Amino acid sequence: EEPPGAAPVDFLRELPSCQSVRRRRGGTQERRPALLGTATAARAPQPERGEMADRPAREHPECMAEKRRIRDFQQADMEYLPKWKKWRTTSNKSLKKALDEVKGLSSYLVLWRRDIHSIEGKFGAGIQSYFSFLRFLVLLNFILFILMFSFVTLPIIVSEYGIFNSTVAYISPKNIEDICTVYEPSGNKGLVYFYTYLNDLLSGTGFLEVTSLFYGYYTVDAVWISIMRYNLPLAYLLTTFAYLALSFLWITKRSAEGFKHNLVHDADPFQSYCNKVFAGWDFCITDPNAARLKHRSLLYELQTDLQEEKLKQKIAERTTKEKLRICSLRIFINIIVIAILSGCFYSIYRITVFSQENSNVSIRNDTRTDVNLLVQYLPSMVITLANFLAPLIFSFLIKFEDYTPAFEIKLTLMRCVFVRLANIVVLLFSLWSQISDCGADKCKPCGYNYKLYPCWESDVGQEMYKLMIFDFIVILAVPLFVDFPRKLLVTLCSWKLIQQFGHQEFEISDNVLQIIYGQTICWIGTFFSPLLPAIATIKYFIIFYIKKMVLIYTRKPAARPIRASSSNFFFLVVLLIGLLLAFIPLGVSIARIPSSKACGPFMNFNTSWEVIPDKILQFPTGLQQVLFGMASEAFAVPFFVILCIIMVYVVALARAHKRVVEQLREQLVMESRDKMFLIRKIAEAQRH
Amino acid sequence: GAMGGSASLIPRDLLGEYQELTFLSKQEILLAYKRFSELLPKEERENACSARVPKSQILTLPELRANPFQHRICHVFSTSETRDDSMSFEDFLDMLNAFSDSATSDIKSYYAFRIFDFDDDGILDRKDLEKLVNCLTGQGEESRLSSAEMDQLIQNILEESDIDKDGTINLSEFQHVVSRSPDFASSFKIVL
Repeated sequence: EEPPGAAPVDFLRELPSCQSVRRRRGGTQERRPALLGTATAARAPQPERGEMADRPAREHPECMAEKRRIRDFQQADMEYLPKWKKWRTTSNKSLKKALDEVKGLSSYLVLWRRDIHSIEGKFGAGIQSYFSFLRFLVLLNFILFILMFSFVTLPIIVSEYGIFNSTVAYISPKNIEDICTVYEPSGNKGLVYFYTYLNDLLSGTGFLEVTSLFYGYYTVDAVWISIMRYNLPLAYLLTTFAYLALSFLWITKRSAEGFKHNLVHDADPFQSYCNKVFAGWDFCITDPNAARLKHRSLLYELQTDLQEEKLKQKIAERTTKEKLRICSLRIFINIIVIAILSGCFYSIYRITVFSQENSNVSIRNDTRTDVNLLVQYLPSMVITLANFLAPLIFSFLIKFEDYTPAFEIKLTLMRCVFVRLANIVVLLFSLWSQISDCGADKCKPCGYNYKLYPCWESDVGQEMYKLMIFDFIVILAVPLFVDFPRKLLVTLCSWKLIQQFGHQEFEISDNVLQIIYGQTICWIGTFFSPLLPAIATIKYFIIFYIKKMVLIYTRKPAARPIRASSSNFFFLVVLLIGLLLAFIPLGVSIARIPSSKACGPFMNFNTSWEVIPDKILQFPTGLQQVLFGMASEAFAVPFFVILCIIMVYVVALARAHKRVVEQLREQLVMESRDKMFLIRKIAEAQRH
Repeated sequence: GAMGGSASLIPRDLLGEYQELTFLSKQEILLAYKRFSELLPKEERENACSARVPKSQILTLPELRANPFQHRICHVFSTSETRDDSMSFEDFLDMLNAFSDSATSDIKSYYAFRIFDFDDDGILDRKDLEKLVNCLTGQGEESRLSSAEMDQLIQNILEESDIDKDGTINLSEFQHVVSRSPDFASSFKIVL
């Protein structure tokens, strides 16, 4: 058909849709050709009047003088409104003003506002999203700490100082074999060497074991505050659920806001060219060097994407023989990956068992000075080594699998995430295999290996504590001993080899995975060690400044640009995966493994979970029946069926909407062709 | 300090009016006033509210000096009758308003459209898109896409955003495609 640009262009300028864009300030109309000038000039301001009323003046994309005019018009119109409407509009306005004031003031309270702003100006929004993420984690951990502290530790501290006439009722063992309750933590035994203190600080044993840092301290049945009874075991369990739920809701809310994924259209919004071109430039960059780097990375990204598109076409044209070859190659490489992973998990299991055996033996023989710190930290070291080697091996292997570059990056990332999170789970399960090691009647009276682990929750807490401390040490040591010397070498020594390999990029994904790994440890460990979020808060606080220094002094520009929105989404999704993964070990230890009978708030219960059914049995009968009814099958099955029906309905609705959108799009194309045709006809008619 | 000093230079009712007509908070308006008056020579700083700053001075602001769209920004927001792209304080506030965090996406996409419309004809055609991509990749011969790559890129862009298939992108198509762009809100932002 006729090419679209063939119609005379001046007609197009008359159209109302064009006029609404080109409305100049002060109403300069001289661009219009003389032909339809007078008719349209009279008509143009009219639609303005109608749409003015529903939006406040500041939402109109006009210059200040125009906005003043609009506001005056709106105020004049308001005179004719009924009294109650006037009152409502004025009160809305004053409410909005008050909210704006509060927002303005609260922006001062935002942590690190200036630091992140300067990072954004110098390095762009992609790297800034990493630091915003760190800030979010500091806040999250701080809130978790406040939660755990105020509901679990504070009542005990209050009662120790006797404030409000409070007393503590310690748990007296009921129906428990005496042998299960033997637990002698070696707390302060008088004069000890300073070396022992350091040892204890780093491994959570000794004097730390009896503090409120670990589970074993909370052997409290209730706290009496004047005449009110505060049920500590119930509070402990419910606070655990509360902090997990709070983390889940906060992360979900954060990943939902600022990311509006339109599910109607099929295209991937992150990969779209329009996103890269129209939203490609970070307007917040203030540094000319950063701007130059941004130009380069945008050029690189656009070229890579265009090449990738050509590659995709080539892939689609592959012969069946080629496809078979590549498929078998991929299966082979995946088998290698699985083999590597299994080797990794098995070594973690063996090392954990070895470390536990050796530390326990020395404690039993009371030769505590022989406890080798190295042996204690062996599991942490192996996990950190595995986390370091896995990305290197995976990025080497994936080159053979012949994927498109974008997919390569995604797949390697997914594999690294899996390795990091699975390592923690494997460590925990190997610990549990030790604790529940019931061969040769080792756990007959108590349900768990009471001789080696009289207070097993504290032991698990200690392992989590060690993991966290070691992670922190590694994050401190790597910049000090690797990054800064490397940068020094590169600046001082001008050999070509060093120049090529010495430069180091600020790898966002690696850094993010590292802190998510730390956060997962914190979530799992808080049940066993209630004050762990405080340590995590301090840790992330210090990490912010360290990473900022590393960035400023040693960073080399990354070739592949990092997009802020996809990074944000990626961080939060992986964080969510970490949280959901944390549910598993916690669920198992709360509900399945018998709680230790020698320490802790759940001494008199079979498992930690039993506090809740115990409490429910004390409720009035009506409420009890309702609650038990909700947990039974008679409720669950219809509930599940109703959920399925709702989901099917929503999916059908979405599909219907999609069909309508496609039809409307086709209609628009038709209308545009009609418009061109009519304009051409008019032009022809005018010429005759 | 400096903040208190500049507060006494903007009349209170004018400050309130600016707060009502823009999305900027009081602190942001005062900071904008301070930065704007620093661009003026000392004698004119008393009347900063009604003075006009020439384009060359505006472009010395750190927020604009590294920006490839600096000329377009000055052109779009300037209300100068003499077409010299000079900006008054109110133009400056309009600019910060469009780029602020709390501005609606309607306003942002409208002004983005105006900025990207290099020939000011109300639509984005191939020439506008070519100039836009060249701005993104940088000035200089070696930092441009080859013509084949450029054609392929513009073809892809038009495929994604040109709904009525007339070979150009008008305002509503632009607003539609930008509303589904996850990066737009965070990249189209200038905070002093």
